[in-house]
Amino acid sequence: MRCSASVERREPEATRFNEPTAFDSRTDFPPIHSEITLWFRVTDVRITSERSHGPLTSITERATAERTKHDMSTAATAEVNGKESQELDSVVIRFCGDSGDGMQLAGTQFTNVSAVFGNDVSTLPDFPAEIRAPAGSLAGVSGFQLCFSSNEIFTPGDEVDTLVAMNPAALKTNLQDLKRGGTLIVNEDAFDKGNLQKAHYESNPLEDNEALAGYRVHKVPMTRLTRDAVEGLGLTQREADRCKNIFALGLVYWLYDRDAKPTEEWLSTKFAKHPSIAESNLRALKAGQNYGFSTETFTVHYEVAPAELPPGKYRKITGNEAVAFGLATAAKLAGKELFYGGYPITPASDILHELAKLKHFGVKTFQAEDEIAAITSIIGASFGGALAVTASSGPGIALKGEGIGLAVMTELPMVIVNVQRGGPSTGLPTKTEQSDLFLSYFGRNGDCPMVLVAAQSPADCFDMAQEAMRLAVEHMTPVFLLTDGYIANGAEPWPVPNIADLKPITVKHPTEPNANGDGYLPYLRDDNLVRPWAIPGTPGLEHRLGGIEKSDGSGNVDYDPQNHQHMVETRQRKIDLIANDIPEQEVFGPDSGDLLLVSWGGPFGAVRTAVDRSIKAGKSVAHCHLRYISPFPRNLGDILGNYKQVLIPELNMGQLRHIIRGKYLVDAQGYNKIQGKPFLVSELTRKIDEMLK
Amino acid sequence: MSTTDVELPVLTAKDFASDQEIRWCPRCGDYSILAQMKKVLPTLGIPKEEIVFVSGIGCSSRFPYYMDTYGFHSIHGRAPAIATGLKVARPELQVWVITGDGDGLSIGGNHLMHAIRRNVDLKIILFNNQIYGLTKGQYSPTSPLGKRTKSTPLGSVDHPLSPLSIAIGSEATFVARSVDVDIKHLTMVLERAAKHKGTAFVEVYQDCNVFNSGAFDFASKKDQKIENCIYLEDGKPLIYGPNRDKGIRLNGKGEPEVVSLDEVKEDDLLFHDESANEPAHAFQLGRMRWPDMPEPMGIFRDISRPTYDGEVARQLEDATAKNGTGDLEALFNSGDTWEVK
Ligand SMILES: Cc1ncc(C[n+]2csc(CCOP(=O)(O)OP(=O)(O)O)c2C)c(N)n1
Ligand code: SF4
Ligand SMILES: [Mg+2]
Repeated sequence: MRCSASVERREPEATRFNEPTAFDSRTDFPPIHSEITLWFRVTDVRITSERSHGPLTSITERATAERTKHDMSTAATAEVNGKESQELDSVVIRFCGDSGDGMQLAGTQFTNVSAVFGNDVSTLPDFPAEIRAPAGSLAGVSGFQLCFSSNEIFTPGDEVDTLVAMNPAALKTNLQDLKRGGTLIVNEDAFDKGNLQKAHYESNPLEDNEALAGYRVHKVPMTRLTRDAVEGLGLTQREADRCKNIFALGLVYWLYDRDAKPTEEWLSTKFAKHPSIAESNLRALKAGQNYGFSTETFTVHYEVAPAELPPGKYRKITGNEAVAFGLATAAKLAGKELFYGGYPITPASDILHELAKLKHFGVKTFQAEDEIAAITSIIGASFGGALAVTASSGPGIALKGEGIGLAVMTELPMVIVNVQRGGPSTGLPTKTEQSDLFLSYFGRNGDCPMVLVAAQSPADCFDMAQEAMRLAVEHMTPVFLLTDGYIANGAEPWPVPNIADLKPITVKHPTEPNANGDGYLPYLRDDNLVRPWAIPGTPGLEHRLGGIEKSDGSGNVDYDPQNHQHMVETRQRKIDLIANDIPEQEVFGPDSGDLLLVSWGGPFGAVRTAVDRSIKAGKSVAHCHLRYISPFPRNLGDILGNYKQVLIPELNMGQLRHIIRGKYLVDAQGYNKIQGKPFLVSELTRKIDEMLK
Repeated sequence: MSTTDVELPVLTAKDFASDQEIRWCPRCGDYSILAQMKKVLPTLGIPKEEIVFVSGIGCSSRFPYYMDTYGFHSIHGRAPAIATGLKVARPELQVWVITGDGDGLSIGGNHLMHAIRRNVDLKIILFNNQIYGLTKGQYSPTSPLGKRTKSTPLGSVDHPLSPLSIAIGSEATFVARSVDVDIKHLTMVLERAAKHKGTAFVEVYQDCNVFNSGAFDFASKKDQKIENCIYLEDGKPLIYGPNRDKGIRLNGKGEPEVVSLDEVKEDDLLFHDESANEPAHAFQLGRMRWPDMPEPMGIFRDISRPTYDGEVARQLEDATAKNGTGDLEALFNSGDTWEVK
């Protein structure tokens, strides 16, 4: 279940508007929202307790999910205000427009309103790569997709039920995702010659019966209606036009029977210092709602009932927020200061932004001159005894490689958050991908093992951030926490944890000599091969660390060949032993059978949904989702042997598959999508069917 | 019992010597710098466990292994960044950075510049031997133009930079230069650096006996140095020479020139001012290089500015005073929450 909201980028603050005109619904399809497939009804959900018990309880536990297929028959129909009202289980909406049109804001508001109403929500923000792509161009289109449901959901949806397109470029780049019979709402005022040209349309698609046949089309003169609505407030035309996203939002609120109150409050607070802007946006919102209510074109509106989530308090959280909260929580639980060193990079920067707000938690943030300084600054902080963390993405992680090697050599604890994006090189900065697993697993000189854990959803970032820090300090090792753009910017309802249920983190700094006589041996290991963490300021334990190979025990420089073999093997064994300190792998579905899907990271929701549907369809399929990648859970090898075929879907060319094949000698097959987009459930179901043919 | 009741043990240079065998080449200038450091530290009144040496990679960067304090021999060029993290996390420690001309000005130039401009309270000692010692004798960013080395058999064609210019250009609050074997002078400079609050940048001319022997004879040999160097004294005119009969005056273009005290009155000479507001004075002194000019030694600049680590700590205190100590419950409940019944 994930809902998410996204990050606002370069979007104008909000908008205001005007009022209605005519639309036209030239196609007359029945609403088919109910076909939207991917939601679950969860009959045995124990999310609250699971999450509050920390990361070790697997989400697979709540996999007693039972899917309800929603079809037309479940949609109840009623008459409201002379207009028909239908009840739906799940709806997918996408707002798209120029990146100056405020689409992220509209989507985020819709998400908030739906979450507060009690729907389960999952979001997929889609940013243009170029912040300053020319207005109206295809490269400048920004989108925000969300699914809201009366059932538990795991993905933002495959196909779009309602598409709001603010200009021709947005229509052109998004129409293919609108389902046949879906609702299309366009700002017809934006379809002028210039914009059509920029979108490479030879003729106006709104005047072309063929092009939009098969959709329920509503052409709304949003620009004009918005201007009319804000008239008399003394706004410039530009200011007035910036309210049209809020007009569109109001219209969609009406369409889906949303209570606009949270948005009204938000607008009033946000623009408290600019009363005329606040007022204009409020008017735009109202005008949008009124337009739906009073015009002829919208003959039906829809209701989606609240989801049956386990009782308790909820809050919407994005993956990056959850990472920041998880880290601050880990520090608090350990009674330590958190030190964050980082260099801004999409999509990881929000972790820095969130942590910078937490100074009163004893969180120190350092915006370094580059990623090399970021990683090395946290090495220094960790040497000093702080809980140290850095976050970055693609190119930044590449730069950190040498520093991470030093952290492995000096066996200092720290967390490196890798918010993956499309690569190689600058790649696709705003798009999601899982192609930096190899970089994280192998990307250092020498045999250089470390711990890798991966979050599976936005809220899971909270648990896994704590778990990463726990493993780091309790095993004296750097730990990679892998997330990706999809999880980082996506949000979901997060059951607010009970502090008393959080797992404690134990930090020990010795104060007494540990060697015969009064010496201190910085590499004297315990049964788990973990060395002690003595910190500067402790009398009598003065010692030197460094990147040169060292003698086990004393830590003195040592070039002896046998010692080197011993140390390389010891560093590996130390990581391998951590398998005893992480939970066994759980499997969703049958313990053995025809096909096992193995996934990690962001694809969790889509894979889980696809597997669940296949099981419901009577297929012998199971799902094993990995949150621990180095070391692997100790029973993974056994699990892999219990199925006739193994399929590993990844948003890369098969990096986990490569590691698993190498380690377990299983003939795992891959399903690999490298388009900067998450998996669709339908793609996975097709692949499952194909493998079981 | 308050801490003032505790008598600090009297430490000596020996207390700062580690048990590791020193592996520099015979007559390497590094030995002398190490010896002076061991002499200075006991005079500072700082407990040994609160002193940390952080270094990069190079002959000079072996330094921390030979000091019985906390130490970190890191990776090439990154010592200023590691030290920044350490100092910000633990402002009460005294943190020294040991770097070389390659380590600090080539691969690590970026970190050096940023540590200095932030004014992190670090003592940065750059051992300038104008050569890459550890990798056996390639030219460095401070090697003079035309320098013949293994990597420049026909002489280097790239222009060197001056460490002091870099430091001053990076808004350093403390800048000094000394010479490895000038024991008294080096001790004085290290002491002043230790006492400065903020980044103290010290360039030490260091003889690489194997790959660049004698590069600094002009400033280290007894007979030559009085002829070639000006020993800076705050508030005093720039006078030098075996008979102290030569001085520096600014000419009509504002450029320094050598004058004879027989012809020019002391009052008309250039007076040294460590705490001049504008760094132009220190910069000008830094650009006086032997053999074109007599070369200044000592403290070029010593001004006061808030430190980065101090300001970070202050913001934490302010935020805590304003918001109270961070409360997880309140954090989790911030933003829109809703109740599912
Ligand atoms: C990333 C990296 N690149 C190159 C080297 C090789 N290397 C080690 S020390 C050094 C230059 C050292 O010169 P300097 O900093 O002047 O120190 P010195 O040995 O002269 O004291 C180089 C190039 C390295 N250790 N790491
Ligand atoms: S090579 Fe030069 S700098 Fe390095 S130890 Fe030998 S003399 Fe010293
Ligand atoms: Mg050198």
